Amino acid sequence: MIEGARWRTWVFFYVPMVLFLLFLLFPFYWMVITSVRPDGELYRPWNSVNYNPFWTWKPTWDHVRYLFEETLFASWLWNTTFIALASTAISLVCGVFAGYALSRLNFPFAGSLGTGIFITYLVPQTLLFIPLAEIIRNYRLGDTPWSLILTYPTFLIPFCTWLMMGYFKAVPKELEECARIDGASRWQAMLYIVIPVAIPGILSAGIFAFTLSWNEFIYALVFLSSPEQKTVPVGVTSELIRGDVFYWGPLMAGALLGSIPVAIAYSFFVEHYVAGLTGSVKG
Amino acid sequence: MGQVVLKGINKFFDAVHAVKDVNLQIRDKEFVVFVGPSGCGKTTTLRMIAGLETISSGDISIDGNVVNELAPMDRDIAMVFQNYALYPHMSVYDNMAFGLKMRKFEKPEIDKRVLEAADILGIGELLKRRPRQLSGGQRQRVALGRAIVRHPRVFLFDEPLSNLDAKLRVQMRVELKKLHQRLGTTAIYVTHDQVEAMTLGDRVVVMKDGVVQQVGEPLELYNQPANRFVAGFIGSPAMNFAAVTVIEANGSLFAENSGLRIMLPDETAQRLRSHVGRLVTLGVRPEDLIVADTADPDHPCFDAVVEVVEQLGSEILLDMKVGEGVMVASVEPTVRVKVRDKLRVAIRPSRLHVFDAKTEAAI
Repeated sequence: MIEGARWRTWVFFYVPMVLFLLFLLFPFYWMVITSVRPDGELYRPWNSVNYNPFWTWKPTWDHVRYLFEETLFASWLWNTTFIALASTAISLVCGVFAGYALSRLNFPFAGSLGTGIFITYLVPQTLLFIPLAEIIRNYRLGDTPWSLILTYPTFLIPFCTWLMMGYFKAVPKELEECARIDGASRWQAMLYIVIPVAIPGILSAGIFAFTLSWNEFIYALVFLSSPEQKTVPVGVTSELIRGDVFYWGPLMAGALLGSIPVAIAYSFFVEHYVAGLTGSVKG
Repeated sequence: MGQVVLKGINKFFDAVHAVKDVNLQIRDKEFVVFVGPSGCGKTTTLRMIAGLETISSGDISIDGNVVNELAPMDRDIAMVFQNYALYPHMSVYDNMAFGLKMRKFEKPEIDKRVLEAADILGIGELLKRRPRQLSGGQRQRVALGRAIVRHPRVFLFDEPLSNLDAKLRVQMRVELKKLHQRLGTTAIYVTHDQVEAMTLGDRVVVMKDGVVQQVGEPLELYNQPANRFVAGFIGSPAMNFAAVTVIEANGSLFAENSGLRIMLPDETAQRLRSHVGRLVTLGVRPEDLIVADTADPDHPCFDAVVEVVEQLGSEILLDMKVGEGVMVASVEPTVRVKVRDKLRVAIRPSRLHVFDAKTEAAI
């Protein structure tokens, strides 16, 4: 019966989908609303008159202005971008070559080495930050971006290697064999054939690495101290939470602006990202 | 020149002896087909000639030079793969030009060769397209074009037609044959399809379990198979086999089993004198079984019951029960026969094959 089908579509598809969307998008909405709400509305109790948590009639740019003028948010954005891009670049280069070697070259213990590399990814940063802090201190890298650019690859490279290994395995061997018969050396075959074909996988590994570095908190907190050197996650939480005073307006503005670059990166590359995860190459 | 010689070639994959002592001389301009069931070692042998697999023992020479240690790109060969292996991120033109670019050819020369190959294969308008925009047959042509532009000494084909639909396969087979006639380059072709082997090969190499069973021209393999495997593999529908005992009676030799008792014709009887009292395998092709009333009276005959009638238009295939065994006969389309009919079937005497029951070699 047509009517029966219609209510089913509504109950089992549209309603859950709308609820799911609300659930996912609500945090962004809340961040936007809090960023533009004046202080008067932010710091009043819930049972005051005209209390409306979901809307404001007097939006203001004060908090965003405070963020950019009274804190070093612009420097934090720059630092985070620079550190994330640099560590992603290092990890991708290492991950692509390691993934290629482990998936294509047959040498003893290749399989166990691959598994071993992935297992190092599972060692938590909360365990490693103390010994790493010692090393950073010895090399006098403390309070510089290099302390992060050189330590982030410790967890980015294993993941990129594992992802690229899986992706290279899905690239047919015949492509390279054909290239080698055509006259390409192994290096040329990798550069002109395998890597271009694996670009979706490389993109997805790159996006993942970028996101992980951007959001990383504990190493950034431990290795960076001066405000000019901080990254967005650390800067926003340390400078805008003073004792037990929360500067909610700038805090939410900082969180929102800090999550936009990653959201943009994802939206441009999402097709390639999904293709990279499923590793489908035909032809 | 494109002469290829395989001497004592063996290949081991760990403990598995995949290719056993292959010896073969392939002449310049010859089209040799390796045929056999899956796992018989034909593709491994081809890959050893290409240099994609190492050789466990033995030598492969191209034009007199041993190439065992040479890299694939230095052997002056070109290969066409089963799934075409076209570079998906390059246009058809770039796919065909890639090998020449790697060898640092000049642009005008590359252009000339690519356009020439595209012209031969009829893919001139496809040069700017990507592989994913092409049909299966077009992709196959591009793969061929990529091999042709190299002007190699030997073409290697690894089941290139297996991924095409039946009709396209027949069409491409004819085109391949014409291409070979036009280019005159030595070609080594691997397939599991005996029809491709028979129609394309100047000579056919039948392999089973890593061992070469027989090498010869297609008709030689068809009419004088060296053993039961070759006899059953070449030809479709397959040859009928019957296990029989050779007996002597009244000075003549007979072949007998539960379903038939036939007098062996002279030429066969001569070869079986020493096998009296022993089991042998008789082999006869479906087209050599004829309905008795249209045959000569001196043809050996036996009785059969028709189980299935398959009308093909150009012939009728009869599945018949002969004693406890089954035989297939291919008869003229004018024959009137129904299921469950009892038939008297005759064998053309010169077309009777006999194989040793134990060694399976032809007697």
